[in-house]
Amino acid sequence: MGERKSVYQFGYRRSADQDSKSPLRHPVVIVGAGPVGLTAAIDLAQRGIASVVLDDADRIGEGSRAICFSKRTLEIMDRLGLGDRLVGKGVTWKVGKVFLGEHQVYSFDLLPESGHRMPAFINLQQYYLEGYLVERATELPLIDLRWRNRVTAVEQQKEFARLTIETPEGEYQLDAGWCLACDGARSKVRDCLGLKFEGHTFEERFLIADVKMSAEYPTERWFWFDPPFHSGQSALLHRQPDNVWRIDLQLGPDSDPDEEKKPERVLPRLRRMLGERKFELEWVSVYRFNCARLRKFVHGRVIFAGDSAHQVSPFGARGANSGIQDAENLVWKLALVLQGQAPQSLLDSYDLERGQAADENIGHSTRSTDFIAPRTVPERTLRNAVLQLAPHAPFARRMVNSGRLSVASEYASTLSTPDREAFAGSARLGLPVPDAPMADRNGKACFLLQYLSDDFELLYVKDGARPNVPEGLRLTVIGEDLIDREGAFAARFDATPGSAFLLRPDHHLCARMRHYDGARVSEALARAKGGSK
Amino acid sequence: MTALRIEPNLPDPDAAYEALVEAHRGLPEPESAALNARLVLILANHIGDLAVLKEAIALAKRTR
Repeated sequence: MGERKSVYQFGYRRSADQDSKSPLRHPVVIVGAGPVGLTAAIDLAQRGIASVVLDDADRIGEGSRAICFSKRTLEIMDRLGLGDRLVGKGVTWKVGKVFLGEHQVYSFDLLPESGHRMPAFINLQQYYLEGYLVERATELPLIDLRWRNRVTAVEQQKEFARLTIETPEGEYQLDAGWCLACDGARSKVRDCLGLKFEGHTFEERFLIADVKMSAEYPTERWFWFDPPFHSGQSALLHRQPDNVWRIDLQLGPDSDPDEEKKPERVLPRLRRMLGERKFELEWVSVYRFNCARLRKFVHGRVIFAGDSAHQVSPFGARGANSGIQDAENLVWKLALVLQGQAPQSLLDSYDLERGQAADENIGHSTRSTDFIAPRTVPERTLRNAVLQLAPHAPFARRMVNSGRLSVASEYASTLSTPDREAFAGSARLGLPVPDAPMADRNGKACFLLQYLSDDFELLYVKDGARPNVPEGLRLTVIGEDLIDREGAFAARFDATPGSAFLLRPDHHLCARMRHYDGARVSEALARAKGGSK
Repeated sequence: MTALRIEPNLPDPDAAYEALVEAHRGLPEPESAALNARLVLILANHIGDLAVLKEAIALAKRTR
């Protein structure tokens, strides 16, 4: 164990920028080629914006790290061209079960409804996601990916941030019109700016192990409180592709992380859980975690996204998923600002919206941790009371908290135009729009989300002629361009003839009305682009 | 703000008190604490109002 073996290996290449006498200026420099940085780079490239991506390593290491990717993340990845590949390789699941001792106390289904292109969740080793993202990034000429480029200093100027970068061939400097700090929990950029996380560290330690075995367990998330094989603690079992299983065992606050990583300690623990099955240990780690965030994500010309901006516990799969959603939220706004189509203040809404998401994630994550690892005897008494009641009383089942799994955040945003009329359905102002099974003009079955563009879009429910929408807005007429083949669109959007729904480039709903009104749409569009109206 | 009822609300308060005492009689302390925890959860759900629950917690905390 210890050093991670590499799964993908890349090479350092000298850039012409390194021969420049004075630092060259790039509109966007992204620090960190992980899931967040690469999502940002690909999305920017798809919007015609070039970026330089710097990473201090030259490989993707083994170890699954993040394994659960949510529906929302998959929808974003689908837009970036990786949806089918991820779902094809990943293990799709939606059911979770919670046990107390040997008995099941609670189960949940994360996507009880059909008619969505993407599943509720897939499990996939993080290295596969990163590998696919690198391949996709390499296809795009607008992305300049530089391995073994380590940022060592950041100096803020009025209109750019000057980065000092160390390479195997010495140092050079770059000026970033915008620097996206996607460099993870131990962000060097954050350190360079002297910024501190606010929040707290939990004392509890957990063992995380990926084991390879053929096992007959179903493709479900299984969580135990006080299992017979790991008395008094909690345990998690979850399937990944290639017959790899994620096991997470609570160790308590006083465990010794170095001792607990040794195979002579790990193997007996796993044998108690897995019995006589043959298994191989792929990767093991012992961790503690923070629930913390930067107070602000935008600092001059440096913008933080993902773990560099906020950290949570792993329960709930809110780390990588929220980071990818940060990137998507930021990129369309940054693109509009760079293209001169929106004021720079539009970026304030990134801070607002993803700050709300971070608070929500930290809140859920803290509550889950308090439930899984009670800190005092009275807290444990209360937690156990919930578990004891759960088999007998439905209300207590709903309180059992083994992690509330990541769903998209509903933004209470200045970019949204408040509803003037009442709408039912699952579509909500500030949330990404729900998917729905549709058919295109030729009667071919498709999904709503597949059909949507990367720009502002108006969904209008046919009621006579096509409206003349404001310039620059894509119009999709439901009943003409897309057919609501099962009535799911009508139900999920509470859509009646003549109603109109304005979608942002990230597919969050930002305005809706019962009857199309060009002036209201123009006003809502201006507001969603950060305008004063 | 005052959603919590603190005026007498039980027709026979003595009987209610007796029922609680009897529930705890003979229990060792940890089991008694566990019983109280389950009771609190059951009653909190029955009340079904976070504002009332928070007022009740505040009253309990300031009267020790």
